Formats: sequence, C-alpha cells, structure tokens
Amino acid sequence: MAFRGFRILRAVPSLDYFRFHKLCFAISIFLCVASVVSLATRGLNFGVDFAGGILIEARKTTPIDLADVRAKVNALNLGDISLQEFGRNTDILLRVQSQGDEKAEMAAVQKIRETLGTEFSYERVEVVGPRVGKELIRDAVIAIILALSGIMAYMAFRFSWRAGLSGVVAILHDCLTTVGLFSILGLQFDLNTVAAVVTIAGFSINDTVVIDDRIRENTRLYKSMDFRELINLSVNQTMARTLMTNGLVLLSTLALLIFGGPLLFGLAFALLWGVIAGTYSTIYVAAPMEWYLAARGRKHIKASEAEGEPSHS
Amino acid sequence: MLYFPKWKVIAILTVVVLGIVYALPSITPQKVLDSLPSWVPQRSVTLGLDLQGGLHLLMHVEVDAVVKERLDTIVEGARSELRKANILYRNLGTRGQAVSVNINRTEDVQRAREVLAKLETGTNIVVEGDRLTVAFTEQALRDIKGAVVSQSAEIVRLRIDETGTKDPTIQRQGDDRILLQLPGVNDPERVKKLLNTTAKMTFHLLCDQQAEGPSAPAGCFQAASGETQRDGRSAPTGYTLRRKVEVAGDRLVDAQPSYDQRSGEPVVSFRFDRQGASQFGATTVANVNKPFAIVLDNKVISAPVIREPIMGGSGQISGNFTTKEAQDLSLLLRAGALPAPVTFLEERTVGPDLGSDSIYAGTVACIIGYMLIVVLMLAAYGVFGIVANIALLLNLTFTLAIMAAFGATLTLPGIAGMVLGLAMAVDANVLIYERMREESDRGRSVFPAVDAAFQRAYGTILDSNVTTLIAGVLLYIFGSGPVRGFAVTLAIGIICSMFTSVTATKLMCFAWVSWLKPKVLPV
Repeated sequence: MAFRGFRILRAVPSLDYFRFHKLCFAISIFLCVASVVSLATRGLNFGVDFAGGILIEARKTTPIDLADVRAKVNALNLGDISLQEFGRNTDILLRVQSQGDEKAEMAAVQKIRETLGTEFSYERVEVVGPRVGKELIRDAVIAIILALSGIMAYMAFRFSWRAGLSGVVAILHDCLTTVGLFSILGLQFDLNTVAAVVTIAGFSINDTVVIDDRIRENTRLYKSMDFRELINLSVNQTMARTLMTNGLVLLSTLALLIFGGPLLFGLAFALLWGVIAGTYSTIYVAAPMEWYLAARGRKHIKASEAEGEPSHS
Repeated sequence: MLYFPKWKVIAILTVVVLGIVYALPSITPQKVLDSLPSWVPQRSVTLGLDLQGGLHLLMHVEVDAVVKERLDTIVEGARSELRKANILYRNLGTRGQAVSVNINRTEDVQRAREVLAKLETGTNIVVEGDRLTVAFTEQALRDIKGAVVSQSAEIVRLRIDETGTKDPTIQRQGDDRILLQLPGVNDPERVKKLLNTTAKMTFHLLCDQQAEGPSAPAGCFQAASGETQRDGRSAPTGYTLRRKVEVAGDRLVDAQPSYDQRSGEPVVSFRFDRQGASQFGATTVANVNKPFAIVLDNKVISAPVIREPIMGGSGQISGNFTTKEAQDLSLLLRAGALPAPVTFLEERTVGPDLGSDSIYAGTVACIIGYMLIVVLMLAAYGVFGIVANIALLLNLTFTLAIMAAFGATLTLPGIAGMVLGLAMAVDANVLIYERMREESDRGRSVFPAVDAAFQRAYGTILDSNVTTLIAGVLLYIFGSGPVRGFAVTLAIGIICSMFTSVTATKLMCFAWVSWLKPKVLPV
C-alpha cells in the first residue's frame, strides 16, 4: 500500500504542560467562581421542564400577526408570557409561566387552545406542573451526583485515589462552567441541556482516563522518573490521539451547531463548549492536580522517613 | 501471535450477521416489511413520542379521596350500629385521616370499641378517655391505595381501548401515578375529558322535602343538576336526594348509545346484571309515580318519574344529549367508574409533523458530522481507516439491533447518547491505530506492532468504557425520562463498541496483515 494516511503529529511532542499551569489554574478558578456567582445572582433560565408552566409551538398556514396573538393571549391574564416567532413567520413559540398548581395549568392550556382557535396546528405542547418540575430537578441532580461518585470510585480502584479525585474535579470544572455559561448568556436550561451536561462529563472523563492509563503504564516503565516529567511524557505520547479524537468530535459538534436547526442549538452549543473545556481540563486541571496531590504525599513520606518511621503509601 | 481460531472467526461473523438481520427492519420501509415472510425479524426500533408525535400524560390518582370515602362509610356505619347497640355518643365525624367519636357513658366505651372494630377490616382503634379514634393501619392504607391505583390504570386502559387508539402505553409510576402515552394522538383535550370523568353512576330516590339552601336533612344530600336545559323549559338547579344508593353503576353490564323510539333524541340504553336488575325492580315496584334520580359524578343527569315497575333490568337515560355526548357517556359507563378522580401533572403533545423540519435538520447535521469522521479516518489511517469506518457502521447497526430486539425507545436525547457512543467507538479505533504507529516508531516490524497495539490499547479502552458505562447505568437507574433515554443508547453503544471497535476491528486488521504481509505498517 502506497497510501499510509497523514500523521497529525510528525513525532511525539516534548512540551512542558506545567509551564503555564499556575496561569491555567487561575483561569479555571476564575471561570468557576464567575459561574457560581452568575448562578447565585442571575440563576438559570429554566425551561418548562424544570420551572413548570406551558410551552406551545404552533403553526399556521399564513403568516402570523404576533401583536394580535399577543393581545389575545394577554387578555387571558395568565401572568408572564413570552411570545416569539420560531424559525419562520408562520410558526410561533409561546411560553406561559407556571400557574401555581396543576389544575390551573391544565385549565390555562385549554383556554389558550380555545383562544388561538382552529387556524393553528399545534406542533408541540408541553404542560408541566410544579410538582413534576421539582421532581425532575431532584432526579437529575441525584442521578448526576451518583454517576460522578461511581466514576470516582472506579478510577480510585483502577488507578489511585488521586486520579479519581483529579478526574472528578476536572469533570466538575467542565460541567460547572457549562452550566455557568448557560446562566451568563441566559440560554434556556431544560432536560436536553442536562443530557448535554452528562455527555460532557462522559467525554471529559474518557479523555482523563486515557491519559491516566498512560501515566500508570509509564510509572511501571520508568520507575525513577520525576512524576512531573512522567505526566508530561504521558500527555505528549497521547497527544496525537487527543488531537485526532477530540478534533473529530469537535468537527461533528460544529456540524450539529451549524446545520442542526433551532431545536438542537442548545444541545450543540453545550457540547461544543464541553469538548473544548474537556480537552483543556484533562491536561491543565486533572494532570497538574494529580501532581500536586502526589507531591504533597511525597513530602509527607519524606517527613516521616526523616523521623525514622516506616513510610506508607 | 496473529492467529484467530476458526470457531472465533465463525462466532464473530455470526454475531455480525445477526446484528444486521435485527437492525434491518428499523431502516426498511413498512411496505417492504409487510411482504416479508414471518420468520424474518420484523421488530423495528420504537420511536419516542418526541420523534413520532403523540400525547404523553402523567396523572395523579387522588387516592386520598378514596380513603376519605372509606372513612365516610365508617361514619355512616357507626351512626347506625351504635344506635342499634343503644350506645349514646356525640361528635361523630372524620378528623383528618381518622374517624372519631365521644361516648357519653364510660361503661359503654368498651362495647363501643367492639362495635366500631367490626365495621371495617384493617383498622386500628385508639381509646383516650371517652374518645374513640378509628384509623386505617399503615398496611391497610397501602393496600387500599395500591388497589385504587391499579384499578384506575385498568379503567384508563379500558377507556383508551374504547377510543380505538393504537399501541397505547399505560404504566403505573411510583405510589399514586399513571403514565399514559398515546402515539399519534394529538387531540389532548378529548382524552383529558374522557379521563377526567370519574363516571360513577348511582340511582337515588328523592327526599320527601326538597331543601332550599345548601343544607340537607339527615340522611339526604344536595346534588346539582347536570340536565341540559331544553328550550323554554327550565330544569331545577338541584335536587335533595336520599343518601342511600338504590342501584350502583358497577351493576351495569352494558351501555350503548341509541335513540328514543318516540322522541328520536339520543339516549343511552343500559342493562343491569341479575342483582342490579332485582334491586332496580324492587325500587321501582315500591316507588311508582315518584321521581328516580340518575346521578353521574354527583350531578343529576335526569330524574324521570317512575311510571310503572321496570323488571327486565334494562332502561335508558335521556338527558338531552347530543349524539357525541351519548356515545362518550356510554363508553364511560361500559368501561366502568374510576375508583378515584385523577389530576394531570404533566402533558406533552408533539404534532405529527413537528419537527419534521428540526428532525430533518438534525438528521442532515448528523450525516454531515458522520461523513466528516469517515473522510478524516480514511485520510489519517488509509486502509485501516476503512476498517474503522466499517466498525463504526457496525456499531450503529448493533445499537439499532439491540434496541429493536429489547423494545427500547429511541428519543431525541437518545440520539445524543448514540453520538457519544459513536465518539467513544471512534476513540477506540484512534487509540489502537496511534498505538500501532508508536510501536512501529519504536522499531517493531508490522506483525508485532499490530499485535502489541491491540494488547496495550485494550486496557485503556476497557477503562474508559467501563468508567462511562458506570455513569450510564447510574443515570439509567436514577434518572427520569429524557436522561434515561440518553443513558440507554449510550450504554448500548459502549457495549457494542467493545465488540465492533476491538474484536471486529482486530479480526479485520489481522486478516489484512496476514493476507497481504505488508512490509510497512499501513497506517
């Protein structure tokens, strides 16, 4: 075979990823703090799934007079209403705030259907009562916390507790900044976004495991190598794979963002940020953190040895 | 080293063929499927309501209403039984989830306790001085609620079946909920109206004196009139009825819409079972020329005067119905009453062509993304890139096949899970091929390099897959709705990638290398 394919890297790079690690830590901490602050002050623009309320996507064969529809719906006195064109001028997206309890909500949606009349066809109607909204938040949070604990336990078992802890911190960093970005930009946060955040966690941890795996392998090969150099070597050795896989994922996410239409925009946007954050956090959050944890451990060991006590691992 | 035993090759090929056979129905048009012989697997992947359109309704069964009703029965029973036993009492009534009564003479307390204990099974009686409190035990409450919810689910199923909806899903959820999924239905208001009616029908006699205000004499109650007003004639706004149920609706064996032979207006004809017929007969014999009220969900539909005793056990209800109303009422009576009212907690309707745009856009985006991966893998890894692309296609095929075979549902978040699964499958191939290059750069010749790459990369792939799989499984167990849809496809995709990106890829690479014996690594 004459054709052997291109190499994304001609040779294994020999970069030092610790050169900027303090700056990166500072950036990461800043991003996380900014996310927390925004979440605390601005909160999230919860979609109907979590906040409860009504969402209606309706279509008409002729262009829609938004002002007319708005006046009609406002006359129903249903509280906060947002009405916008959705994609094109024959489609509308209507959101009505939570009505307090389920019965009021069902009554409200019936009134809206009667008011809009038969000229409209309903493409999507979502009515979520406040009880269900709260449960959906609780379930999503519980599921995510358990999933993260499971990941940490497995990594601690397969690699070390340092790897597990660093990996989970990296995931938290990615998820937190994603949610923070949604808060800062005021993008709608619904169950699909939760699926995106979980996808990001999965992607990020996959990346971290690949490098941890190489670190473990190299630890056996180069027993006397400094841990910092060992991490650098491992990251460099897997760099071709990182660029290839993450590049492919990045490209397909971009395709989703550009061609995926309005329904998938939120999902694609979260994934795009997640891929970038996930790649960055593996190299600049998880790896240096593992080194810090190990360095602290070694100091502890040296101190114990100095006192003549047996060292423990 | 580079050796696959024959049985292994055959096993792998068999799995591949099975996967393709089970995946095919999902991408074959229905017309072609219908013309195939029946031994060919025909189950295709079920699409979630968000993809195929339909109605999703989450209902809460008001189980507390039933408990309240049972307590009311205890109060009624206590009233008559205590009187029979000559026990004087005061303050009889329900307090929260219990019935309480004060006994006037202390010597009667023990006797009263025995009387009350006989009224219902599963109750617990607490005595505090002269005060007796009757409450259901935890176990009894659980049993009552469980029975109410499963009975409600059954009635919901009967009512939905009567409307002729195809493939409805009716599931109990949690302690007091029912989830209803109706593909293709986009008239939620009609369905909600059908389910919102308890359809509890009873026949009552009227009290001798008709009360004016909301208060009714003892043993009687006030019921609003549900009669539709006829032109020029006004129906009374309400009736005072005797509490005693002469005949209950659960004695009905049939109800059909029909037309009155004289006036030609739509009516509902009904027929009682034997016991109901004799109760109905006895009441009509004793009460000729008195009005007899037909009550549906605490509203009087009509109160015709009994002209002559009705002994056959069948009759008709006329309530100035429209034909449609008569049809729906007979449907409700046939299916039976809901043991408790329901409230709707969540409604999601997706129109038949929603999203046709957004789903079309999503499909286009996925195909473009997929093509990018295919082209770049080919460019980066040459022949082995083709191998990786075949493996990817197999991964997609197997994911579909397993979902179809186990009846899992594909939703929009599920597609996101599939995409992550595919990304992990690509990653497995990339890990293996990059490892081959490393091994080759270290001076290994082709055969050992390929062999070592699979061995070394295997651990990494296993670790990253297991980590993600753990997350997927936990999300499935503890997540709800869309999160679960995501977790299912992710988990299936990852498990499949262990076969497609490792085993199948290995077979293809080894076959290539042993067949052509190349001097340089093809990647």
